[in-house]
Amino acid sequence: MKRAISRSDRLFEWGIDAFLIGVLAVTLIPMWYVAMVSLLPFGKSPSLFLPPWEWSFAAYAQLIFQPTIWRAALNSILLTFGGVAISLTLTVMAAYPLSRRDLPGRGFIVGLILFTFLFNAGLIPTFLVVKDLGLLNSYWAVLLNGAVSVYNLLVMKSFFQSLPESLEEAARIDGANDWQILRHVVLPLSRPILLTIGLFYGVANWNNFFEPILFLSDRNLMPLPVVLRDILTGLNVAEYVEGGAAQAAPAEALKMAAVVLITLPMLLVYPWIQRYFTKGVLLGSVKE
Amino acid sequence: MNPAYPSNPAPPQRPGLKRLARLVWRHRILYLMLLPGLLYFLIFRYWPLWNAQIAFRDFQPTLGVWGSPWVGLQHFLEFFRSYYFGQLLANTLVISLAKIALGIPPAILLAIALHETGRRFLARVVQTVSYLPHFLSWVIVYGILLAMLSPSEGLVNSGLRALGLEPVPFLTSTATFQPVVVLSEVWKETGWSAILFLAALLSINPALYEAAAIDGASRWQQVRHISLPGMMDVLVLVVLLKIGSILDAGFQQIFVLYSLPVYSVGDIIDTWVYRQGIQNFQFSLATAVGLFKGVIGLVLIVVANRLARRFVGSGLY
Repeated sequence: MKRAISRSDRLFEWGIDAFLIGVLAVTLIPMWYVAMVSLLPFGKSPSLFLPPWEWSFAAYAQLIFQPTIWRAALNSILLTFGGVAISLTLTVMAAYPLSRRDLPGRGFIVGLILFTFLFNAGLIPTFLVVKDLGLLNSYWAVLLNGAVSVYNLLVMKSFFQSLPESLEEAARIDGANDWQILRHVVLPLSRPILLTIGLFYGVANWNNFFEPILFLSDRNLMPLPVVLRDILTGLNVAEYVEGGAAQAAPAEALKMAAVVLITLPMLLVYPWIQRYFTKGVLLGSVKE
Repeated sequence: MNPAYPSNPAPPQRPGLKRLARLVWRHRILYLMLLPGLLYFLIFRYWPLWNAQIAFRDFQPTLGVWGSPWVGLQHFLEFFRSYYFGQLLANTLVISLAKIALGIPPAILLAIALHETGRRFLARVVQTVSYLPHFLSWVIVYGILLAMLSPSEGLVNSGLRALGLEPVPFLTSTATFQPVVVLSEVWKETGWSAILFLAALLSINPALYEAAAIDGASRWQQVRHISLPGMMDVLVLVVLLKIGSILDAGFQQIFVLYSLPVYSVGDIIDTWVYRQGIQNFQFSLATAVGLFKGVIGLVLIVVANRLARRFVGSGLY
């Protein structure tokens, strides 16, 4: 379909594309600048374009030879994978029964769960529960407290509901019980939603820094985001700049190198997972 | 259909405990499956609700929730009368409202631009890049903000210096802290919030645009008379739901960004609850404030949802 393009339409198109390029610039320039500062050699002042022969990887070297960073990275990995395993299992096992329209009491239970979404008791009463359970300073506090997201649970439930009932009925006639139906019929059909929700949980756990601060006091248990925050606020920069000051990286470079190191794993998986996220938000956005 | 598994609960002609028991027994595996999730909600969501009674007691750790003496509404009154009440409420509302007012227009603009551009590649790249900040934690965004805004090395301040202006301590000045909070939120979430608007645009019948083009409508006129009205429902929904959670001004963000010099403009209800409760051990007072926020929030969100259902036909739940 070809139509003559009027001058105003051409202007409109230029405006649109210029806006999009503007969005790109506004999003990317800060990230680019962080990368540049992280490569800053000692005695230079930061700029948007640092020539490659001036790049210094001293800040990265200082960070990755630090046992604190490695321990925090291991903690983060443990919390992320452990969190996804626990959250996904609990979410699937709760969402499937609730997706079954014939389950007696289903409406009541959904209401019970929905209520916690609309009203929560607040920080202190929750803290007291974790304390009374004796979970303070234990990963179980971090893993369990936020284990099930009501939002993810409802998205999962409505996905299960959208599966054709005839498949489950066929399996039932063949003598399968509910466990078997979930494992052999429903889950294989649910790969996209499992991936999406799993990724949502994964990102949330990787980024989680408040609950570790709230529930953990042992510094050896802290995950990367907490260590990053301490580096950024300058609480423990000294810890990382011991050794010769001459070849040391400037404090700014050290901070930004820490930002890059912690963002990197996300950036590496992001291109592959991005499309699933979009599906997830559209699936869960609006309930009829 | 297998008669042992009716897809609807059997008609209620024979109500009775025995029948109910049989029905429940028939679904025992499903209930068993539900149990861990249900326990989670009971322990981590309903037990705190029970604990929230300390808002009406003078909580002493040695006496426990159950043994601490009742004091009625004392903690609530103390908060309402205190100097903080007005300040916290004002900060929370100002930051929240500014985020709504300044956050939605860029998202709409982005959705329209993504929809209208003829360059598919550009659209794909912009979409991928603009979602990215949504997945960065506030700690990482804090790092990025330091790189941009720090008085000594920040990009913005070196720009100001190049223009012969004084550097501004954006994160620690009461004049700039709120704008930084609002604009960093806009930077982080615009791409993500554009998804809903884009979905609304994609659901508009393309024949409308074709007909308008044949009638001689310019591209701008098509946006004004087709795209914008086509997004109205989603816009109303988004605004209502954001107003429903207006007392959540962004705890994690402010928790990371703020510092002593900017408490007067940056402190919101949630951050104050954290400081009073966890750091100053004022458990009862902090719980009372949290409860106050929770109750108002509940009312707002129920009302917002009802309005959304009335005007748009769909809601949050």
